[in-house]
Amino acid sequence: MTVCQTLTVPDAALEAVLAGVPDPEIPVVTVVDLGILRGVRVRPDGGREVVLTPTYTGCPATLAIEASVRSGLDAAGFRDVTVVTELSPPWSTDWITDAGREKLRAYGIAPPEKDAARNSLKPEAPAQCPQCGSCRTHEVSRFGSTPCKALWRCEACAEPFDRFKCL
Amino acid sequence: MAPRDRALLELALRLGDDALILGQRLGEWCGHAPTLEVDLSLTNIALDLIGQAHHFLAYAGELEGEGRDADKLAFRRDVLEFRNCLLVEQPNGDFARTMTRQFLFSTWQHLLMEQLAQSRDPRLAGVGAKAVKEVTYHARLASDWVVRLGDGTEESRRRMTEGLDWTWRFVDELFEVDASEAELVAVGVAVDRPALRPAWDARVGDVLGRAGLSAPIVKRGVSGGRTGRHSEHLGHMLGEMQFLSRAYPDAVW
Repeated sequence: MTVCQTLTVPDAALEAVLAGVPDPEIPVVTVVDLGILRGVRVRPDGGREVVLTPTYTGCPATLAIEASVRSGLDAAGFRDVTVVTELSPPWSTDWITDAGREKLRAYGIAPPEKDAARNSLKPEAPAQCPQCGSCRTHEVSRFGSTPCKALWRCEACAEPFDRFKCL
Repeated sequence: MAPRDRALLELALRLGDDALILGQRLGEWCGHAPTLEVDLSLTNIALDLIGQAHHFLAYAGELEGEGRDADKLAFRRDVLEFRNCLLVEQPNGDFARTMTRQFLFSTWQHLLMEQLAQSRDPRLAGVGAKAVKEVTYHARLASDWVVRLGDGTEESRRRMTEGLDWTWRFVDELFEVDASEAELVAVGVAVDRPALRPAWDARVGDVLGRAGLSAPIVKRGVSGGRTGRHSEHLGHMLGEMQFLSRAYPDAVW
């Protein structure tokens, strides 16, 4: 499970619960696939704490994700496990797992390129169309249906598609 | 409250109010932008800014220690208590003026957040490191539009020139620092705003050059937002923004 920080407390049952919580906007991927689950750590009082991170500071899904994790934990009997959201270090699309990238593509969303550090003030390379695989694509709008996506169109098959922005 | 804590609270309010007020202004475009794509862009930028505001104001509320959270600070303060710069409260005007304001602000905010990410205050550094990634997109979008409109038709160029003439008087304030903030700069908590000016001038100059535009000459800049002396526009904006919360205090749904 551990995605981005050394916070893991081994517990297969707990991991199974967390790995089953879908993203509210893109339900084919889970909080683990997206790398927004930082991990689980032990609280000073000995209890356990699930640590989440938002994709964007203003992402309206953040509260919904916290609530889904909470209800998933409650349903599985982990009522004493708390949930917190932490900003630092900031989430990066590099934390999206390979499995997550494949699920996004199959769902029709072009996954972000790896190595988001290249994300700069310069334009991005063309995305690969998730429908036909062509790289003859262009950006229609830098901001799309959610904060994390841009709107693109494929010139080969003429289909519009969402592209996960590098962050 | 110790003077340095007071200064840190002021800093958190300044950072939060800049983002909140510009986020609210951009939200006014919702449903009114020239195209659907532009509508999405402006409201997405607004969402990022309001998210940043939430984090800065939540921190301000904790520093203040009087039980006010981000919502209470946003919706229950009156105009004189706001600490945002004058640039962000200016009316949207036409699309060219909105984009000019965004370009000047985002270019500045990008430099500011890059430095804030290095702050010795971990809370400010955390929000700064997060925000700089978002603001990169804002600055790119705004720069592209400045070039497109400045290098566009006769009318778009005229409107861009008018937009620059309107907004440029508020630029100097972005780089001002007062004595209390200077103390935070000295201990590595606050960003040295005046030191950002050369990099800002270079970036803005580069984009204006590509747009075929030039910076207006301003005889005297205006400032005052950081101490609560605002233009008349902020009060009108707050009247709308805060109406619901004031008419129905603590309402939930």
